[in-house]
Amino acid sequence: MWSWVLHRITGVAIYFFLLVHILDSALLRVSPRAYNAVIDTYKQPIMGIGEAALVAAIMFHALNGIRIILIDFWGGGPKRQRLMFWLVLVVWVILMAGFLPRQIGVILSEF
Amino acid sequence: MTTETVEAPRSARVSRRSTNWEKWAWLYMRGSGVLLIVLIFGHLFTNLIADEGGVKAVDFAFVAGKWASPFWQIWDTLMLWLALIHGSNGMRTIVNDYVSNSTLRRIMLVALLASSIVLIVLGTLVIYTFDPCPSGALQSQLPSFCPAQ
Repeated sequence: MWSWVLHRITGVAIYFFLLVHILDSALLRVSPRAYNAVIDTYKQPIMGIGEAALVAAIMFHALNGIRIILIDFWGGGPKRQRLMFWLVLVVWVILMAGFLPRQIGVILSEF
Repeated sequence: MTTETVEAPRSARVSRRSTNWEKWAWLYMRGSGVLLIVLIFGHLFTNLIADEGGVKAVDFAFVAGKWASPFWQIWDTLMLWLALIHGSNGMRTIVNDYVSNSTLRRIMLVALLASSIVLIVLGTLVIYTFDPCPSGALQSQLPSFCPAQ
């Protein structure tokens, strides 16, 4: 049940980011100044944390999505759904352990 | 005592000829999901990790450099269409699950459909009418391949 709840919550969060992200990218068609002004806000530390949360949500949604596909299409899937949920969490922790130090480095850097 | 004969029901069998849209939507979520894992992980890698500055390297010139190649134009177009349809179909599922008032549900579903069409058209136009060297812009904000103005 928690995998289902998390799949919905991360899905809705990613959806609303996608709406904003299409609109901010549309500023590329307005002017370099307009696009850069908005994209500069993504480089603030607070937004850097937001990006980490976004990546965390996307990674969970992707990994649990693979799990759902395996449950639906692989004969042995339904029997192993609980094991696969733990695998999702383990792989998610590994991926985040790789991404977070990098993202924190970027937030703190004076690029 | 009489034996009652019960006639076989004569109601016609329900026609199953019409397209099963829910089945195709269900399949689409899984098919697009697999493609989006590749597309979005590639997108995150090139825009947040590959470049030294991470997200701080992203600006107009960075995107103009990417879109100079049809590879990234097609990549971003696929991502736009697949992700927005995947997302709005997911939102449709959630609206159907939680909005019990049928008028409100209808309004929300129409809003989802309308906003998705507008954003897909807008995003596609942005990718294919993009001008990497617009006049009147600061040279420092343009990609290096733009001629001096």
